[in-house]
Amino acid sequence: MYMDDFEYYRADSVENALELLADHDGAELIAGAHGLLPRMKTGDESPSALVDIGQLSGLDAIEARDGERDGDPGGISIGALATHTEIAESETVREHATALADAAAELGDPQVRNGGTIGGNLAHGDARSDPPAPLLALDGSLEVRSPDGERTIAATDLFEGPFETAVADDEIVTAVRVPTDADAVSGYHKRRDPLSGYAMVGVGVWLRTDGETIEAARVAVTGATTNPARLPAAEDELEGSAVSEETITEASAQAGTTLSDEAFVSDVQASAEYREHLLSIDTERTLYEVLEVDR
Amino acid sequence: MSDADASGDSGDDGSGAFGAAIERGEDVPLLTGSGEYTDDISRRGTTHLAIRRSDHAHARIENVDTGDAEAMDGVLAVYTGEDVVESGVPNTIPTAWDLPGLVQPQYRMLATDKVRHEGTAVAAVVAETPHVAHDALERIDVEYEPLEHVTDPVEAVERDVSPVHDEAEDNVAFDFELGDADATDEAFADADRVASVDLRQPRIIPNAMEPRAALADWDETTEKLRLWMTSQNPHLHRMLLSAGTLGLPENKIQVIAPEVGGGFGSKIYHYPDEAVTAWCSMQLGRPVKWQATRSESYLTDCHGRDHVTTGEIALDEDGTIRGVRVETHAGLGAQLSQFGTATPSYLYATVLSGQYTIPAIHCRVVGAFTNTTPVDAYRGAGRAEGIYVIERLVDVGARELGMDSVELRRHNLVAPDEFPYESAAALVYDSGEYERAMDLALEHVDYDELRERQRELRDEDRYIGIGVGNFIESAGLSPSGLAGDLGAQAGGWESSIVRFDSTGSVTVLAGTADQGQGHRTTYAQIAAEELGLSVDDIDVVEGDTDRIPQGMGTYGSRSASVGGGSIARGAREVREKARRIAAHQLETSVDDIEFEDGEFHVAGAPDRSLHIQAIAHEAYLGHDLPEGMDPGLEETNFYDPENFTYPFGTHVAVVEVDPETGEIEIERYVAVDDCGEIINPMIVEGQVHGGIAQGIGAALYEGAAYDDDGHLQTRRMDEYAVPHATQLPDFETDNTVTPSPHNPIGVKGVGESATIAATPTIVSAVVDALEPFDVDHLDMPITPESVWRAAETGGDR
Repeated sequence: MYMDDFEYYRADSVENALELLADHDGAELIAGAHGLLPRMKTGDESPSALVDIGQLSGLDAIEARDGERDGDPGGISIGALATHTEIAESETVREHATALADAAAELGDPQVRNGGTIGGNLAHGDARSDPPAPLLALDGSLEVRSPDGERTIAATDLFEGPFETAVADDEIVTAVRVPTDADAVSGYHKRRDPLSGYAMVGVGVWLRTDGETIEAARVAVTGATTNPARLPAAEDELEGSAVSEETITEASAQAGTTLSDEAFVSDVQASAEYREHLLSIDTERTLYEVLEVDR
Repeated sequence: MSDADASGDSGDDGSGAFGAAIERGEDVPLLTGSGEYTDDISRRGTTHLAIRRSDHAHARIENVDTGDAEAMDGVLAVYTGEDVVESGVPNTIPTAWDLPGLVQPQYRMLATDKVRHEGTAVAAVVAETPHVAHDALERIDVEYEPLEHVTDPVEAVERDVSPVHDEAEDNVAFDFELGDADATDEAFADADRVASVDLRQPRIIPNAMEPRAALADWDETTEKLRLWMTSQNPHLHRMLLSAGTLGLPENKIQVIAPEVGGGFGSKIYHYPDEAVTAWCSMQLGRPVKWQATRSESYLTDCHGRDHVTTGEIALDEDGTIRGVRVETHAGLGAQLSQFGTATPSYLYATVLSGQYTIPAIHCRVVGAFTNTTPVDAYRGAGRAEGIYVIERLVDVGARELGMDSVELRRHNLVAPDEFPYESAAALVYDSGEYERAMDLALEHVDYDELRERQRELRDEDRYIGIGVGNFIESAGLSPSGLAGDLGAQAGGWESSIVRFDSTGSVTVLAGTADQGQGHRTTYAQIAAEELGLSVDDIDVVEGDTDRIPQGMGTYGSRSASVGGGSIARGAREVREKARRIAAHQLETSVDDIEFEDGEFHVAGAPDRSLHIQAIAHEAYLGHDLPEGMDPGLEETNFYDPENFTYPFGTHVAVVEVDPETGEIEIERYVAVDDCGEIINPMIVEGQVHGGIAQGIGAALYEGAAYDDDGHLQTRRMDEYAVPHATQLPDFETDNTVTPSPHNPIGVKGVGESATIAATPTIVSAVVDALEPFDVDHLDMPITPESVWRAAETGGDR
């Protein structure tokens, strides 16, 4: 089949893009277009117009901000148009948000990583994609703008269902924010679906430890479930426990228990039951890697 | 000259082109984009065809309303099945292989009464642009009355379901038997042990790089049809268009296969779509182009395999195989494609002896109509399915006896002095040194040490598996007489012309048709060798029925042996005519003329010589030829081999499986192939690489599935896993060379070998790795999940 007809506009500023979005009912933003175009080719999406923000300058900076001031929450700010390659190669992200760098490095193939952007990826809401798990584990957020002003969407509020996010039709993601913590470590482990290359199971983990005890923990999954999700049972098991093999085993066993059976994806390649099994195993593997515990 | 004279052994010295790893001449135009595929070609005023396809698996067509589509700007015509019927053309997609008792239902270009599988062509739109044509498809209103459907070949015949065709109430198209049932029963009764396996060989979607396409241009003034199309066999398509669908005389049809991007069998067949393209052009008097989308390819290109089988092997305690018994239900799809009947019958049951001496074999195949895409030959066709069965049986037999599977294989191999070997499955194997190839493959992996390592690793809860796959292939799809006896409606010969031009260059016109195999290189090597020239002196032409008078095409690993055999024979006849001219002009007898490096010279007097290219000039001058000789220097050759050729070899895979996750890692893959004489080692290696990739694809990744509604569940490339390069191991390839004794150049063919070998080899390796978990078989595709489940439950879940 062929794509349905659509209009194409290239925005010359964020304000211009917002105007174009407002003027064209059913318009969608594109930057790298690696998420949207394949779905247009298969007829799964049929926007009336595309507003291209891929050429806008000043939206791809990656920087560590000093503490909270002037209303800025601090932590790391990643411009929405930063490509996955730029994130994977950023020393700032690698140091302060390792899980996000891991996911960017594992995402798609080199062409996708060179063209695809983090803002587009997260706004697109593909539950098989890699960045959602680290974003949840790192307790990140999106900064978005609309004609009405700016707001922040927490990662936990972002994913509403397959290809549905809290980013509204008239909004543009401008940055991804991730808080930093000198005592925390993080990581992401991906099991690649042999067909699509998306995550069959992707586990993101963030832990704050004093070296002996896990003080705080966040664990999140992408790919295995119809919606990216935090795994509170595993987190509860980890928090306050000793950094040990036993803790890892216990927490991993709990990984999927707070999710309903229907939450897991089932397809030709892997059943829900198998994905749930892999979720435990991959949670375990991620924890071993992040905590650097020998088996 | 006798055919038994292999190249270079005729007493004359060739050019050394045969056997050299010459780079493929076709690669530069293909890689730089100057190669021209069907969709690249345009005629003045070209229009575009799109085909409305059924989204039901099985339904009665109540009404087709084309009014809205016809009213669209840019739409030239919308046709239904009734329009084709009313035009009075024969409108029959024919089968090309008859079997005893075969039910042959009507197969029309566009459906009129019922749709029998998702994707059935129901209506055709011709428009000024492809986009308008595709948009118009959605404006056609088709009313259906859905019918009960069946997609599984066993259910189709065993359950009481609504028949796919009224002519076959039980959905049985044929019930085929091969071998001696009584002798086999006796062997099983006498044997010490019996082992068995129930297995499925899932549907494969061929996935040629270039989807099918056609461009038809009907000239009303000359009443001639020119049809560019993605064809593996243009002359066969010309014949089927003439006799089956359009009813035009063959000399009023020109079929041109320009560059064709892969086929793997899928471009052998005469589908409704190309016939509809031609018919639309005849209706409108304008050129019409149809280019399949990838989604259409998935729904309409003939699928491969789809077997459900019970196999049994009877053995004595010492490992002697006494007999093999096989019962298979083969899914044929909703219609009979041309070789859909031959593939699961004669191409399958006849190889069940594999490389082994098996005194008694019996095979029954029930060919079943199902509400699915038609099934026909896919790379390895029939032979792949048969070798898979015998190799699985040898593995389960070895497990039953507690014997090493290599030892069981070795114990039963046909020995070199037993050739020609007449198997109990009705074939006569031409030549082979099976043990030599098997030992070479085992040596590459150091088999004994590997087994030792396997034992040690198991103590550490690590599980490696060693898979061994021995194969033969009946290649070449010939000879005509035998094929005719078995029901073929076409010959098994091949034809070519070897033509010197007056200035000494050579054109080879071949009836086969390349889709990536490298014929322009290998055929040039064959002709250059025979004529003492460089490959640069030879131009190879294929794929045009007006330029190449006759041919059968490219399938069944036949181009090198049958097509190449024909070229070698033609080139030798040309050389002999040139020798007679040389003898005449050098004033000596023909027997005194020797041929070396393209030069004819008088024996003992090397200075008295004439080059073959100078003789070509003389032949066209015609001023001074031997008395009674006609001018010109070209020969048309028809070659009908006396037997199939039998490539063989052994592949070995080493895998490690992780029982906790089910993941399979291929550590090593060794392929030892014997394809007889090698024309170009680089091209042979390329064929082996691609073949292994597709064989591994079937074993671990591919496998089409239908859902409960009879819809193809694996309908896109992100739902059907063609393996990526990163999912394949390094291939270690090697060869032994056992010339075919009856082929003019000693070749056996290599197009399908590795696909046949790789699938059982990989399955054998994974199952071997899972031996400690009591798993003795796993069905394909062996996904990590199936390994995990098997390791959890010993294969019972």
